[in-house]
Amino acid sequence: MFASFLVNTWIVATIVAATAGVVGFFVVLRGNSFAAHALPLGTFPGAAAASLLGVNPLFGLLTFSGLGVIGISQLGKAGRPEIATALSLVMLLGLGALFLSMSNEYSQATYALLFGEVLGVSSLDIVPVAVVSVVSLALTTLLFRPLLLNAVSPELAEARSVPAGRTDILFLGILALTTSAAVPVVGVLLVFSLTIGPPSAARALTNRPVGAMLLSAGLSLLTVWASIALALLLGWPVGFFVGGLGALAYGLGRVWMEWVRSRRCRALSG
Amino acid sequence: MREESGVLAVQRVSVSLSGRRILDEVDFALHGGAFCGLIGANGSGKTTLLRTILGFVTPTSGRVVIDGGRRLAQIGYVPQKIVLDPAIPMRTRDLVGLGLDGHRLGLPLAARARRRLVDAMLEAVGATSFAEQRVGELSGGEQQRALIAHALIRRPRLLLLDEPLANLDIRSIAATVSLLRRLALEYRMTVLLSTHDMNPLLPAMDCIVYLANGRAATGRTEDVVRGEVLSRLFGEHVDVIRVHGRILVIAAGAGNGASTDIERNPEHVVQVP
Ligand SMILES: Nc1ncnc2c1ncn2[C@@H]1O[C@H](COP(=O)(O)OP(=O)(O)OP(=O)(O)O)[C@@H](O)[C@H]1O
Ligand SMILES: [Mg+2]
Repeated sequence: MFASFLVNTWIVATIVAATAGVVGFFVVLRGNSFAAHALPLGTFPGAAAASLLGVNPLFGLLTFSGLGVIGISQLGKAGRPEIATALSLVMLLGLGALFLSMSNEYSQATYALLFGEVLGVSSLDIVPVAVVSVVSLALTTLLFRPLLLNAVSPELAEARSVPAGRTDILFLGILALTTSAAVPVVGVLLVFSLTIGPPSAARALTNRPVGAMLLSAGLSLLTVWASIALALLLGWPVGFFVGGLGALAYGLGRVWMEWVRSRRCRALSG
Repeated sequence: MREESGVLAVQRVSVSLSGRRILDEVDFALHGGAFCGLIGANGSGKTTLLRTILGFVTPTSGRVVIDGGRRLAQIGYVPQKIVLDPAIPMRTRDLVGLGLDGHRLGLPLAARARRRLVDAMLEAVGATSFAEQRVGELSGGEQQRALIAHALIRRPRLLLLDEPLANLDIRSIAATVSLLRRLALEYRMTVLLSTHDMNPLLPAMDCIVYLANGRAATGRTEDVVRGEVLSRLFGEHVDVIRVHGRILVIAAGAGNGASTDIERNPEHVVQVP
């Protein structure tokens, strides 16, 4: 029984991590970090509401990340996407406070949602989480070229008939799906580190777009696998390791890039 | 013959943005193979006109006709002031490849035919030496070449370039103009290129769209750049002076505070080589 629970955990964590790495690649390229931070936080009340109603938490997560996307894209129409993102986040978190106050058995579940727990994963319906994750992975791969061109320059993309506005909303949608699937595994506070750390390192390590995306997925997998192993070994929350290793990956990427640069400069000057 | 037919017709196009009239009944046509300068001071509406031709801006009246319809498939576009982020992992050849199929779904596969097209395009604009380099880390002139290759790889019939000569030194300006002239002939392509200073274009350009006060004077360069034509366009007396193979457009009122487009654009007045 222990073994089967572990296998399930690894499978779902693997899918979620690969997706976060791939989607995160575009989060970093497009400069969507704030949305990538706000969306998971905004899904938190969704999970609280779901537990209050006794339904699958994934429904709550999907609903609230969907609300987040609508908020960000509608409020953001006038420009200033950061303000739209912040406003949407604040409104959703307000609901979260309300739902939490109505629920009375939240401490354990809340903790798992915030920081992620291996045990939290095993108690989930794994299939829907995996399906949602695979869908966002497939969409991102399918839209790779339009997303890349749009990230380079929305205007160049428009000239190749890739509409900027629709691309933005579509990507927010993908991010919402990714988030909803990742929250139960690594927790609300740390989905962000998975969608930022590995891709930031990857884009520094290679000049090739597809290569960088795959590398990002690889680093994300390593981060999650190592985090789960360490969490089981030491009994600490997965989130702690995900956050730490994500930051470490980013730091190493930076150091590597500086090193390559300085070597190139030296080669040029001498 | 196809070359003789009009590739682009801008028919009495007016554009208002935020309630302000930017273009006022602009009307001209470009025949196949024309190399045309879109000249005007800052804020005269050059970018707006190009974006209207692309279909990004809807005219309040009038229309733009592209021979053969299917607008974006026939137009290559190099926008003004593109900042390529050095943090984006992308080589020059990747950017050029995206010009070919950036709108397609799926990952870019390393097909041999695609690679050959990209290599040929890089070669044509003289970008082979930095093909493997990150585009964001290239110099301004190199980025310009990469963007031209990106716009040209689909062999558009019409190429629009917005201020491609800004931020280039004199030598790169001359090199870019002759590169574009050569590519235009080679690919039998019509070119419309915006710039606030027409002088670098004089050896290459065979027609001109001169924008001022929202209106346009168009035709062959020698027919448009004349005192009486430009005076009518600017709504005041201007002189066209030719010295040392350069053209200066000088407003009579430039010294006494009259507000004209010429005066706001000092390049037109002070052009001492
Ligand atoms: N979206 C917009 N809303 C309102 N006004 C605009 C908008 N875009 C441009 N304008 C105005 O239209 C005028 C023409 O702008 P445009 O960018 O076309 O000029 P330009 O000739 O390209 O100038 P430059 O040489 O500086 O690039 C300017 O006065 C500008 O303020
Ligand atoms: Mg402009």
